[in-house]
Amino acid sequence: MLRRLLRDRSAALGLAIIILLVLAAIFAHPLATFPRDITQYHPPQRLLPPSATHWFGTDRMGGDIYSRLLFGARVTIMIAVVATSVSVLIGVPVGLVAGYYTNRTSEALMRVSDVFLAVPQIVLAIAIAQTLGPAIQNVILALSLTYWPFWARLVYAETRSLRNETFIEAAVALGASPLRVMVLHVLPSIASSVIVRTTIGMGGTILVAAALGFLGLGPPPPSPEWGRMIAESREFLPQAWWYAAAPGIAILLVVMGFNLLGDGLRDVLDPRLRRGGNDR
Amino acid sequence: MMSDTAPILDLHDVSTQFPVRNAWGRRVGWLRAVDAVSLSVGRGEILGVVGESGCGKTTLGKTIAGIHRPANGSIRFEGNEIGGLAANESRVLRRHLQYCYQDPGASLDPHWKIGRALEEPLVIHTSTSSAERRARVRDVLAAVGLPAGHLDLYPHEISGGQQRRVGLARILMLTPSLVVLDEPTSGLDVSVQATVLRLFLELRQRFDLTYLFISHDLAVVHLVSQRIAVMYLGKVVECGDTEQVFAAPAHPYTQSLLAAVPVVGGRRVTETFLLEGEPPSPGRLPSGCRFRTRCPRAEGRCAEEEPALRTLADGRTAACHFA
Amino acid sequence: MTADLLTVRDVSVSFATESGTARVLDAVNLSLRPGEIMGLVGESGCGKTTLARTILGALPPNAQVRGAGLEFAGRDLLRLDARTQATQMRGRAITFVPQDPFSAFNPLFSIGDQITELLRWKSPDRAPRRFGYPRARRRTDRARALALLRAVHLPDPERLLAKYPHELSGGQRQRVMIAMALLPEPRLVIADEPTTALDVTIQAQILKLLRTLANEHGASVLFTTHDLGTAWEICDRVTVMYAGQTLETAPIERFVRRPMVPYTRLLLDSLPSRNAALQGIPGDVPSLVSPPSGCRFHPRCPQASDLCRVERPPASVAEEGHLVSCHHPHMATQEAAAG
Repeated sequence: MLRRLLRDRSAALGLAIIILLVLAAIFAHPLATFPRDITQYHPPQRLLPPSATHWFGTDRMGGDIYSRLLFGARVTIMIAVVATSVSVLIGVPVGLVAGYYTNRTSEALMRVSDVFLAVPQIVLAIAIAQTLGPAIQNVILALSLTYWPFWARLVYAETRSLRNETFIEAAVALGASPLRVMVLHVLPSIASSVIVRTTIGMGGTILVAAALGFLGLGPPPPSPEWGRMIAESREFLPQAWWYAAAPGIAILLVVMGFNLLGDGLRDVLDPRLRRGGNDR
Repeated sequence: MMSDTAPILDLHDVSTQFPVRNAWGRRVGWLRAVDAVSLSVGRGEILGVVGESGCGKTTLGKTIAGIHRPANGSIRFEGNEIGGLAANESRVLRRHLQYCYQDPGASLDPHWKIGRALEEPLVIHTSTSSAERRARVRDVLAAVGLPAGHLDLYPHEISGGQQRRVGLARILMLTPSLVVLDEPTSGLDVSVQATVLRLFLELRQRFDLTYLFISHDLAVVHLVSQRIAVMYLGKVVECGDTEQVFAAPAHPYTQSLLAAVPVVGGRRVTETFLLEGEPPSPGRLPSGCRFRTRCPRAEGRCAEEEPALRTLADGRTAACHFA
Repeated sequence: MTADLLTVRDVSVSFATESGTARVLDAVNLSLRPGEIMGLVGESGCGKTTLARTILGALPPNAQVRGAGLEFAGRDLLRLDARTQATQMRGRAITFVPQDPFSAFNPLFSIGDQITELLRWKSPDRAPRRFGYPRARRRTDRARALALLRAVHLPDPERLLAKYPHELSGGQRQRVMIAMALLPEPRLVIADEPTTALDVTIQAQILKLLRTLANEHGASVLFTTHDLGTAWEICDRVTVMYAGQTLETAPIERFVRRPMVPYTRLLLDSLPSRNAALQGIPGDVPSLVSPPSGCRFHPRCPQASDLCRVERPPASVAEEGHLVSCHHPHMATQEAAAG
């Protein structure tokens, strides 16, 4: 399957970008040219353009942008992974149960998810940040609370349509308990949709996290969060163009990477499942 | 020819209905897919259930198998009442009653390996060890004529015919005594049909099975069943020994049905067939006998009084005033 | 001897698929006389639907057609340009009755709308006008539609025109389809398994209707089916196909009582009415991407010889009106009494 994925060039590119991101985060320390610039300031070297020593230039505190970008990758990944995981862990079971049963509980669950869907992410994040203060865990909280309904909806729809499939009905007729059917039969069948959505969702999460950081609601300084870096760069534009360009392009590449990978996964996973003994 | 010992399956006045909803989702009435059906199946026999679309035979099969719950009536299987129970209560009692889908291959989860799918019935119902399960799976797989290597394959990796055998094997895992076969030869080419029927008969002999053979194909039912029940719009209109029913059908609907089946090399149906019109909508059934709107022998009495299923001289039952 | 209405000579059709080129039809031969009902019999995958679509000119774009000739009423359909095909042949001189009447209708339009649209473009008395649909013509068309709906024994045709496809039963839909197939006064009606989806009592009515109306309108019918019973009911002649090759053509009586080609004999023997021993045909239908060489039935044929593997048997006249494509046809003398 991996081989088929790699045959699709855009998906391979996406995968490469993600791998690069992960490596950058893990090996930020050795890869960074000025690893201590996360906490140390060098005001004399502020706002220097890209050069041989500072590959992406320096920021307003004199910190090397390249190194801060690498450490920022850690923040980015953490937010993306944790927020998406929490959303999936809440949304998928809700969707499964709501989709499998047709009683008042399932209706109630979907109405609850509708309520959360109605809340715009940024607004909720602002509210939470105002109440609890800007911090990385609050960003994750805000994102998870507003994101889980997407998964619930997706899983609900898929479970509903799957319920009429012969093999599900056969499993029920065989005497399988609802839990067994949901976890062992429905879940594997919808796994590919969830995986594709999760991958693309990570890209979206990063974008929203960057937006929150830009608004000042993300992890506070000196945390090298990419969105915040763009926000800081505002007053120095257009002269210090590298200050906004570097984190901006980083965000662009990462989101694009997740989207490409997600699309590639969708092409690989779906037709494989549809191929089923139709040798007429 | 009824068996002397108690029947393995005994239905009495069983009805299954579905709600009819209007555009707003409100229930405006009931559709009786199965209406007060009484039948019995002797151990080891093959009872054919025939009828055209909408007659209720599939719903009857699913009701017996527990997929639908009957609105009333009693279903006794191996002496135990299973009709009114909920799914989990009757699960134990129903263990030996299995339902075979029209396409048994479609009953396989495409994400599960065949070996795992075959073990599943045992996992759910029994507490045998995994070694014992695997041994039994191997036995049954061999019984349906498939190689043991198939255990590690996925359904889409084998042919349609082999998928069918795997589906059958899964049903046999729990050593059923009665299997409800729902349109097992529908859509099959004639040459494949014979092979499949042969497989069913072999399995019946080997595993001591009783079949409820639901089909719209009269020629096939004639070939394999000992007794036959004819259904029309939810009711059984005639029931008896297959040869007798085919040779001299008592009910006018059975007569029309048999007259409509083409016989290659024999008389041409299109020259003699007389039944006009279509079956009435199940929501608006005619008063009295349901068949009277199309029956060539209908009289005034047929509109007033619904004929009950009476036993005739030769042991058959028929629901007609003139049988 | 009147000239044949349709002659298919050595036509081959292949499709480009993911797994290779599927040779769905291999040098197929068929002929149809005016006013006769020819049955095209074969099991799944034999190519009968593809052949029907080839004659109709309704193949998907990835199909490649080659052949010596596909002559219909004096014109070679293989060399005809697409425009003439679409306007004069398909839907006019040659019409189609599909297997599944439900999906052949547009669910959003009423039956009346769909019939009127057909008449507007394919009415037999005049060439269609691209713009405008004068009221006078609309009235005559409606009258014609009602007359034909009555001819197919549909009750209350006026109310039927206002109904939508999902409000009719399968049998009713198929009747409308037959009516629509006959409205343009075609020379040839291709019916692709028209009764497969219907109950047997309705099937009997539809078959009778099809035959009566085809005779009344003087149209020939090419009737594809996998069910020999329906072929027996209304066909005058039958051609049997296997895996893209035509094997035998004969008048129906002779086909059933004295079949010559082994496949046909095995097929007749596996009919339930004469098959107490439950004999099937061992083996599987071959892949059309890599079919067997020579005669495609040879791997499963009890009488196959080396010649069958090497050389495709040509069509030859075994008796008057009885064509076979077989190296070892069974001649009449040793035939036991047919069932």
